[in-house]
Amino acid sequence: MKTQYARRSEATAADSLLPTATPLQLIDADGHPGGNPGSLSLPGPEVLVELHRRMVLGRRFDSQSTALAKQGRLAVYPSSRGQDACQVGAALALRRQDWLFPTYRDSMAVLTRGVPAEETLTLLRGDWHCGYDPYQYRVAPQCTPLATNTLHAVGLAYAARLKDQDQVALALLGDGATSEGDTHEALNFAGVWKAPVVFLVQNNGYAISVPLAKQTAAPTLAAKGVGYGIPSLLIDGNDAAAVYAAVRAGVSRATAGDGPTLIEALTYRIEAHTNADDASRYRASAEVSGWLSRDPIARLEAYLRGAGLLDDASAARLAAEAERLAEDVRERMNADVGVDPAELFEHVYARPTAALERQRAELLAELAELEEPAP
Amino acid sequence: MSRVVSSSTESAVSAVPAAAPVTMAAALNQALADSLAADERVVVFGEDVGTLGGVFRVTDGLAARFGERRVFDTPLAEAGIVGTAIGMAMNGLVPVVEMQFDAFAYPAFEQVTSHLAKLHNRTRGRLALPVVIRVPFGGGIGGVEHHSDSSEAYYTHTPGLRVVTPGTPGDAYVLLRQAIACPDPVVFLEPKRRYWSRETCVLDADGPAIDRAVVRRPGRDVTLIAYGGMVATALEAASAAVEEGWDVEVIDLRSLSPFDDETVAASVCRTGRAVVVHEAAGFGGYGAEVTARLTERCFHYLEAPILRVTGFDIPYPPPHLERFHLPNTDRILDAIARLQWEDGDRG
Repeated sequence: MKTQYARRSEATAADSLLPTATPLQLIDADGHPGGNPGSLSLPGPEVLVELHRRMVLGRRFDSQSTALAKQGRLAVYPSSRGQDACQVGAALALRRQDWLFPTYRDSMAVLTRGVPAEETLTLLRGDWHCGYDPYQYRVAPQCTPLATNTLHAVGLAYAARLKDQDQVALALLGDGATSEGDTHEALNFAGVWKAPVVFLVQNNGYAISVPLAKQTAAPTLAAKGVGYGIPSLLIDGNDAAAVYAAVRAGVSRATAGDGPTLIEALTYRIEAHTNADDASRYRASAEVSGWLSRDPIARLEAYLRGAGLLDDASAARLAAEAERLAEDVRERMNADVGVDPAELFEHVYARPTAALERQRAELLAELAELEEPAP
Repeated sequence: MSRVVSSSTESAVSAVPAAAPVTMAAALNQALADSLAADERVVVFGEDVGTLGGVFRVTDGLAARFGERRVFDTPLAEAGIVGTAIGMAMNGLVPVVEMQFDAFAYPAFEQVTSHLAKLHNRTRGRLALPVVIRVPFGGGIGGVEHHSDSSEAYYTHTPGLRVVTPGTPGDAYVLLRQAIACPDPVVFLEPKRRYWSRETCVLDADGPAIDRAVVRRPGRDVTLIAYGGMVATALEAASAAVEEGWDVEVIDLRSLSPFDDETVAASVCRTGRAVVVHEAAGFGGYGAEVTARLTERCFHYLEAPILRVTGFDIPYPPPHLERFHLPNTDRILDAIARLQWEDGDRG
C-alpha cells in the first residue's frame, strides 16, 4: 500500500507551495521602493528604465488601437490598459528562446515581445487570424477560446524537456479562464511532468461582467497551485518590477529543472471588455477611478525620477517615441486592406485537396464574372 | 498487401518476409513500433498506453522498447492529451495520442476543432501540426454505454482534419504509417470490433495513398460503400449476394476526409447502383454526404436512388440490444434488393 500511494518521490510540504497572504510588491503605489518584496529582488536600473519605456509605448499602442476600433478600422479591440505592468513585465522577463502563449487581451505583451504593431493587429483588423510568424518571435497565435492556450504551453515546454532544450513557456490567462477545465488540466499535467512552464494569471477582477466572487470560492487564485504541487506567488500586478521579477523567478525555476510556477497578479482592466462592451452596466465609476490612482506607469515613473533614472528631457523623448509609434499604427491600419480570396483555400491542409481546388476555382470564376463589364 | 518490408525487418538479410496471419491490433502495434524506430520525433502517449500497453493492447511493449521519453502514460484528461500534443508538435515532435474510447474523446473536442484543425490555417501555414489521434470507435463488442460510438461525422465536418479508418489488418498498418508521416492532423479511427480479426499478409508501408479509397472486391452490378468495421460486413454481404445473382463491388473508403470522389464516383457510374453502409445513425450521418456527392456526380448513370444502411437514429443501445441496431448482411442484401432491378440487369 505504501508504494501505491506514494505520490511523489520527494515529499513536498503543502505550506511551501502556498502564496503569501498579501501580494508581493517591489515598488509601492506611490513609487517608493520596498513594499512587500518577499522572495523577489528588484531588477537593475536598465531593466526598470526599459519596463517603463515599454509600458509607455504599449499604453500608446493600446489607446491608438481602441480609437481605431471605435473608428471601425479594427473589427474589435480588447484593451489591456491598466494591465500594462503584467503585459510588459511578463514579456520582457522571457529570454530569446522562450515562448509566449498570449490571449486576445495580450496585444501589448505581443508587441513588447517584438512583433510589429501591424502584424499584432492583423487578427483584430480582420485580415487573417494571426498576422505574425509564431516561430520568428516565439509567440503563439493570440488565443480566443479561454484557457486552451495553457495546454499548448505545457506541451511545448514538455517537448523542450524531452529534447533537452533550455526553453520555457509562459502561459497568459485571466481570472475567468481559471474556471475552465483546460486550466485545471494544464496545471495538473505541468505538475506531474515538471514541465518548464510559467502560468501568469492576470486577475483583473472581472470575466467580462462577472466578478471574481462569482468565479471562485478559493482564498486566492494563486492558492490553487498547491492542489497541483505547484509553487505559487501572489503579486501586485500593477508593479512592473514585481511582475518582471516573479516571471523571471519562474523561468529560473523551470530552467533549473524544478518545474512550473503559478503566479497570480492582481490588476485591473481600465477599459471595457472590448469597444463593444459597456462596463458601466456592471461596475461603478468610483471603482475605476480608484484603480486609475494605482496606475502602473505613474508608479514606476515616480520611482525612476526619485532614483535619478528619468528626467523631463528623457520623458519628453519617450513621449515623442510613443507618438511616432501611434502615427505609424494609424497609417498602417488606415491603409486599404489587401486580402486575397484565393488564400482561403491555401492553408487548410499542407496541400489543398482536390475538392478545395475545385472550390477555389468556383470562387475565382464567380469573382471574374462580377468584374466583367455589364453587356 | 504486397511485399515490401516494415522498417523493423529492413535490417534482416532475407529479402522478402513470408506472409503471416496478423490481427489488426498487432498490425497497429507494429506500425507504431516501426514509426517510433524510423523517426525520433515520434512520441506515443495517452491513458494506460505505457505500462499496460493500452486497454486494447495496441501499444503493448512499446514503453519497454522505446523508453518513457517516447511512450508514456498521462493523467486522465483528454483535452489535456490533445492540448499538450499541439504544443509538442509546435516544438517539433510528432505526437501519436490515444483516446481510450470514442465517447471518451469528447472532452478533447474543443482542442481538436478549434486548435488542432485550425492552427495551420490560422497561422497562414506557418504552423504544421503532424498529430495523430487514435480513437477506437464503433460497436459490436458488447460494450456498455459510451464505449461504442461512431463519432466520425463530428470530425469529418471539421475542415483541416484528415479522418481515416482501416478496414483490414494489412491496411491498418499502411494507414497508420501514412497518418504518422502526414503533415496534417489525422483522426485515426480504429474499428474496435475488428481489432482481433486476422489477415494473412506482409506488413508493408507501401500502399494506396492516404487519401485514396480502394476497391476491395470488384463487381459489375452494384457498389457497396463501407469503411472501418463495416468493410468486412460488406464483403460478407457481397459473397452472400452471389447466390442471389448480384455481382457486388465493395469499396473501402479508408479516407473519410478528404473523400476520394474519383474512385467512388467511377465505380458507381459503372455499376449504376450504390448502397452506403455505416454503423452511425443515418440522420446527418456520413452516408448523407457520400450520397449527395454521388448524386451530384453520377445522377445520369444511376438506375435507382442511392440507399443507406445505417444504425437507427438512437443513442447507441446496450449490449443485449446492439445486434438489432448494427447493419448486417441481411439488411445490406435487402437494400440491394430494393435497387429497382429489372430482368437483364444482373451480371
